[in-house]
Amino acid sequence: MDNFIVRALRHIGHTVIDGIWRLGYASRFFLLVLLRSGPSFRRFPLTVREIYFAGVLSLIIILVSGLFVGMVLGLQGYDTLQRYGSAEAVGTLVALSLVRELGPVVAALLFASRAGSAMTAEIGLMKATEQITALDMMAVDPIARIVGPRFWAGVISMPLLAALFSAMGIFGGYLIAVVLLGVDAGAFWSQMQASVDLRNDVMNGVIKSIVFGIAVTAIALFEGYDAPPTAEGVSGATTRTVVTSSLAVLALDFVLTAFMFRGI
Amino acid sequence: METVLSDNLVEIDNVEFRYDVRAVLKGIDMQFPRGRVVSIMGLSGCGKTTTLKLIGGQLKPSSGQVRVAGRPVHQLAMQELYDLRRRMGMLFQFGALFTDMSVFDNVAFQLREHSELSERTIRDLVLMKLNAVGLRGAQDLMPSELSGGMARRVALARAIALDPMLILYDEPFAGLDPISLGVIGNLIRRLNDALGATSIVVTHDVQESLKIVDYVYFMSEGVVVAQGTPAQIMESKEDYVRQFVYGQMDGPVPFQYPGAPYAQDLRLEARVAPTGTAHG
Repeated sequence: MDNFIVRALRHIGHTVIDGIWRLGYASRFFLLVLLRSGPSFRRFPLTVREIYFAGVLSLIIILVSGLFVGMVLGLQGYDTLQRYGSAEAVGTLVALSLVRELGPVVAALLFASRAGSAMTAEIGLMKATEQITALDMMAVDPIARIVGPRFWAGVISMPLLAALFSAMGIFGGYLIAVVLLGVDAGAFWSQMQASVDLRNDVMNGVIKSIVFGIAVTAIALFEGYDAPPTAEGVSGATTRTVVTSSLAVLALDFVLTAFMFRGI
Repeated sequence: METVLSDNLVEIDNVEFRYDVRAVLKGIDMQFPRGRVVSIMGLSGCGKTTTLKLIGGQLKPSSGQVRVAGRPVHQLAMQELYDLRRRMGMLFQFGALFTDMSVFDNVAFQLREHSELSERTIRDLVLMKLNAVGLRGAQDLMPSELSGGMARRVALARAIALDPMLILYDEPFAGLDPISLGVIGNLIRRLNDALGATSIVVTHDVQESLKIVDYVYFMSEGVVVAQGTPAQIMESKEDYVRQFVYGQMDGPVPFQYPGAPYAQDLRLEARVAPTGTAHG
């Protein structure tokens, strides 16, 4: 019995110490990526290449998802608003939901599963096949050559993807509300224009998507770089990327929304 | 102050290395003279790859000193270490080619990273290196299209791209067919002599490496147990060396991994006892 308690306490202790150690290691890694960004920027074509892999290749899933989310918002919004005789306000509802919340959050979740997991798997496999060590032995800093360009590609791509998600969603809402359900097009657009504020709504959404971009990309890169160099190690790291970055996006969304909340 | 050039490019003085508390190297001394091909041999886990990593500056010794070209590798700052590594080439066990680049780009990688040479000059240099390993015709292939032996040769061309003074080989013969084995062995010797470099070959392939090396260090459990020229090694009377060189099944390195007595594991003793008492 005593043994069991000692073992359990030891296990808890190990888990906590490991967790804190890993957090410290991840913070140092993140700091190193920022500090060595200079050499990364000197290799800007590499960043452009990564923007293509992380951003451009994510376009299809982002655009299609945005369209469907917007169409669902159009249907649900119309159904609710028409009970109060204000079906024209569906444009406002769709735009504000997307620009403030759904655009940055859903785009970040999709980005984590589409691009984040790919980054983790790629870097994990590079580590497993000694490519990272080879770089280091060739006097080329792997953080500046491999991690930096991917990090900045993620940070640059994320707000653009979120903006495209929102734009596509608004178009989806327009298709449902105006084309399918017959809401007046002038009222749809003018109400939207009157109620969506550039600084408080659009800019806040952009800030959110930048923060999510930093979080998702940093987690994905760290997990890849820290992955044990085995098949199980890489697959575990890929799973952790999707789970951790999704949770981080949702938690950060709450914190940021709380800061941006203007009260009544 | 004038730097005194030693005849040895790499010197290892009384080096110990521990992973946590486990001692991997227990005070080794080695010298690698300039222009020579020296091999470090031993069973897996004897500490030979750790020694190679210490020379390359990937690990730091727990005590003792590793000097390359007279400079203590483990005391260098990152930039100094990188400056030194530009004069080293390393061939990894499975090549470690960059899988997203063609053969040509792999070999050109260091030239593009570390020199201001024009693309035209880089092209000529890369083709010369590829020609030296017999793969000029494969320049446009991707690493996934190469056989194991070809990948190793491309990696060798990449390792010598900057004409290094020191070339480190980590198990260069592992997993190769007999023809590739001979090709890689010959290339190690020929390239070393052509470049005037020094080569350190970590391997457990006795027959192949004894044909090409000038000197051999034998390691076992973190210590150097024997050393000498290939001829001395072949005639060695030491049990460990004889077992290793002639591939004998049993010797100082036992065939059986230590464990409980065989009879006990098969529960022979347990079976005998109850039978005796049942009839008693």
